[in-house]
Amino acid sequence: MTAPLVTVEEVALSLGGHPVLEDVSLTLEPGRITTLIGPNGAGKSTLARLILGLMQPDRGRIRRRTGLRVGYMPQRLSVDESLPLTVDRFLWLGAPGRTRTRREALARTGVAHLRQRPVRQLSGGELQRVLLARALLRQPDLLVLDEPAQGVDVAGQDALYGLLNEVRDQRGCGILLISHDLHLVMARTDQVVCLHHHVCCSGTPEAVSRDPSYQRLFGLPGPATNLAVYTHDHDHDHGLSGGVSGDVSSDVSSDGHGDHEHHHHGDHHD
Amino acid sequence: MIELLAPALLAGLAVALVAGPMGAFVVWRRMAFFGDTLAHGALLGAALALALDVNLYLAVVVICLAIAAALVGLQQQRQIAGDTLLGIVAHTTLALGVIALSLQKTVQVDLMAYLFGDLLAVNWRDVAALWGGAAVILALLAWQWRALLSITVNEELARVEGIAVTRTRMLLMLLLALLIAGAIRTVGVLLITSLLVIPAAGARRLSRTPEQMALIASAIGLLAVNLGLTLSWYADTPVGPSIVVAAAALFVATLLRSPRS
Repeated sequence: MTAPLVTVEEVALSLGGHPVLEDVSLTLEPGRITTLIGPNGAGKSTLARLILGLMQPDRGRIRRRTGLRVGYMPQRLSVDESLPLTVDRFLWLGAPGRTRTRREALARTGVAHLRQRPVRQLSGGELQRVLLARALLRQPDLLVLDEPAQGVDVAGQDALYGLLNEVRDQRGCGILLISHDLHLVMARTDQVVCLHHHVCCSGTPEAVSRDPSYQRLFGLPGPATNLAVYTHDHDHDHGLSGGVSGDVSSDVSSDGHGDHEHHHHGDHHD
Repeated sequence: MIELLAPALLAGLAVALVAGPMGAFVVWRRMAFFGDTLAHGALLGAALALALDVNLYLAVVVICLAIAAALVGLQQQRQIAGDTLLGIVAHTTLALGVIALSLQKTVQVDLMAYLFGDLLAVNWRDVAALWGGAAVILALLAWQWRALLSITVNEELARVEGIAVTRTRMLLMLLLALLIAGAIRTVGVLLITSLLVIPAAGARRLSRTPEQMALIASAIGLLAVNLGLTLSWYADTPVGPSIVVAAAALFVATLLRSPRS
């Protein structure tokens, strides 16, 4: 058993007088994908920022393994109009090195054709893949992704989680995902932490999805709910750059909560 | 003609060369008004240098850094907006500087020279100091380029990736203070902001990468100094303003080109 990458111990934090996190503890292990779920405003991003060292907790402590290399994919990134910046130069900032390694990283996330494109002209989905390429270029021990599914359709999400699993297997790095998207995330995750200012429940996706506090938090009317944990089908091919044969969204059923939008099929970013 | 103009030309070129990349950062980070405020404060530095009989450049750098530190501290509060704060500090320090200079009894001070520069009055020692300073600034910029650019693109990402954000930001302040100190005798405190902003803005339309923009900004600045001095020589116009007008003309010329993103 290797040492944990990050240990969060009884952390509490208030922002502007409001408690955001109370008594939160969790451990991030190498080779494990942890997903942080919870409603908007539950403190998910704040917890991620604490883990990244961008903020300090009021109480409790956060221990990082010495020499921990972190790759971070923020929720969004806006580049000022006045700053001309190609994807290639953007990647160079994160990890200076040979052009070839940058080209390979982009190919891996399916956006090799964007290398000379200005960052500002990328669509949401394209930017996410570029951000992921930058995070991967850093050869991270821990990869932190804030809402990676945002702006990416279901097929793209599936490919994204497939890639994350691949990266985890190859590099043995720990991965922390933040999401409020439940279904797709759950099946590709080793550990789910359900957060609502405190840790409501945590464990395997199956265990969490059966937990009453989880069901309450997401407004599901009891255990009779048809909550299908999305299981990966291999009857279709897909790539990160879009294009899917086989129906992915039909595997995801989301009854009982009207706030969940169904995603469009096909990749409109290309 | 060349013996007369050589020190002026070389001094102006040193300032313009450095003002290219520094101006790019000022534009990217929206620090134009901030730079202007430091430049106004430089006048106070010049007054202090005379009063205390210390080195002009040293006094200006110290005062600029003190003002930068004070501004960073004052910006922590939220009731007065950043630009209001800069307006208050800029004009207060300018007023104090003018008063302090007017109180100098021992020497006759040419206020206009500080405000609008007096490139034709620089001597070879100034030229040496300016090129020395330029070399230092350019070396620091090259050495810390990735860190400086990283915090400009996204501070959080830079921090996560292990860049010392606060130290890098302080370095940028120091470089800006050094440049302003160099500018006070050449283009003057009121015109240095234009030499920072105009070439960089002109370079934006012609570049695809940050490095291109910094280099093209330098080129525009160098050209503006040449054109400005020429204009000043033949039309007998004040040198500093002539350089700024030349830079502005070059900027307008870049507008004719279709923009590259």
